[in-house]
Amino acid sequence: MANSSHLAISVTDLTKIYGERTALSHATFSVPLGTVCGFVGPNGSGKTTTIRMLLGLITPSAGTGTVLGEEITHPEKYLPRVGAMIEGPAFYPALSGRENLRVLASLGGFDQSIVDPLLERVGLGDRGGSKFKTYSLGMKQRLGIAAALLPNPHLLVLDEPTNGLDPNGIHEVRSLIKDLALGGTSVFVSSHLLSELEMIAEHLVMLREGKVIYNGRTADLLAAQQPILVAKPEYHVDITKLLDIVKKHDHSVSIIDGAAHILSPAEWAPTLNRLAFEAGITLASLTSVLPTLEETFFEMTGDSQ
Amino acid sequence: MINVIWAEMRKLRRPTLLLSTMAIVTLLTTLFTFLTFWRVGDPNGNGRRGEMVTAQFLSTPKGIIYGFNLVAFLLGIVALCIFASQTAQEYTYGTLRNLLVRQPARMKILAGKYLSMVLFAMLMVLLSLISSVIVAYLLAPHAHVTTTSWTTSAGLTALASSLGNVLLSVISFGTVGMILGLLFRSPISAIATGVIWFLILENILAGLVTSTAKWLPGQNITNLTTTQNFTFTYQHSLTMVAIYLISSATIVSLLFKRRDVAN
Repeated sequence: MANSSHLAISVTDLTKIYGERTALSHATFSVPLGTVCGFVGPNGSGKTTTIRMLLGLITPSAGTGTVLGEEITHPEKYLPRVGAMIEGPAFYPALSGRENLRVLASLGGFDQSIVDPLLERVGLGDRGGSKFKTYSLGMKQRLGIAAALLPNPHLLVLDEPTNGLDPNGIHEVRSLIKDLALGGTSVFVSSHLLSELEMIAEHLVMLREGKVIYNGRTADLLAAQQPILVAKPEYHVDITKLLDIVKKHDHSVSIIDGAAHILSPAEWAPTLNRLAFEAGITLASLTSVLPTLEETFFEMTGDSQ
Repeated sequence: MINVIWAEMRKLRRPTLLLSTMAIVTLLTTLFTFLTFWRVGDPNGNGRRGEMVTAQFLSTPKGIIYGFNLVAFLLGIVALCIFASQTAQEYTYGTLRNLLVRQPARMKILAGKYLSMVLFAMLMVLLSLISSVIVAYLLAPHAHVTTTSWTTSAGLTALASSLGNVLLSVISFGTVGMILGLLFRSPISAIATGVIWFLILENILAGLVTSTAKWLPGQNITNLTTTQNFTFTYQHSLTMVAIYLISSATIVSLLFKRRDVAN
């Protein structure tokens, strides 16, 4: 295993097998300290299984790993410095939000005085005394985040933290994650909202069917994708002539919704515009777009959107 | 460990659980003791399973603890339900993962949880004893029971011995509840299994094949409170209960320690 002193998380060949089903297969990835790392994958791809192994909740079938420089076989060495919300917030329905946090604060040996400021921080200051069962999904999610922040963590592990939040709540979580990262906290956040991760994650780990298909900087992933020119002729009958022109200049092209999607740098747009004009084609629109992380992801995983 | 106990006490002290349990315990004890003294000497029976308890018997040093001993089995069932639900709910609510992230030493979680529930059971038993003694003193004149022997050293010894045995019995039933909770990971399944076994199946089995009673866990736990005329000794029951509880607790503890927390 690589030197893990600069890594928040590092796993090598991590595998989990349930009977005949392989939930995670030889996953190898690392997360640098002090970064926000997105953990992406379709449902059932092994994200939560991986997170549970990192937190000592389930035992790997094979492989090794470290969290904050400590082996995952000894979670007691690093969990006091880790905050986590796994697979949605789970609390005692008959206890208030405040009392639920106090239970966890007692358990972790934390000062009870941190509970109220944490409730304020996640926007539950005025509802801390209400029973958990009366909370909306968004409020439950906020309480889960507050619980994860109890140990003032060096590493924060969040599993789908924006589920159930309204746009304002999503914005607040995003800001919270950014603030924590600025303060030196490493954040490992899983989400199916890829656009969410694109905006906050500097680093990315992608899973598909239990296998890691990408582990690296988000910017590198985006840079790896060629920009696309989207050209739409005024008259649909001209689309075939447009395709011929593009292919003659050795560019790959496909037709989506009546527009030609051409794998080409933005600099070729004026040339295409001129060639189309010379061929008697009027372009209704010509734009250069960068693929979103979502498009990149679906291209890599082979899923249709 | 002390952190786990504090955390668990926060859950156990919630008013709906604490007050309702203590109210039920007080009500049951008061009712059982009241009926024993109110219907003293009634040929139709005022004791366990229709037996007649006389004022003469109630005036002995053991008279003060008769009502308390009568309710011991039901206290045990209450403890079984609480221990089972408090344990299994961690699985159904999904809160076990929170506990284990904050305290990864699983045996500490288990031991702290158990000790906190034992403290809860002790409070329950103590309240029951106090209720029973108060009702016994209040109704003694009505039942023509003399209470002088209750405060003799023999009376106090009987009281202390009864408190210890009922406590042991209640904690044993509670331990079974916790074991079932860990095994089934569902409060309803754990409680239903425990209650049906102890209230119905064991009694049918012991009634049909009397020789089996000696080996049944519930019969032996009940024998610790010595209110029934069992054919086997207190020592035998103590040994059997210890064997049952230690062996099954060891197995489920190992399961808890090694089992993946995947819900």
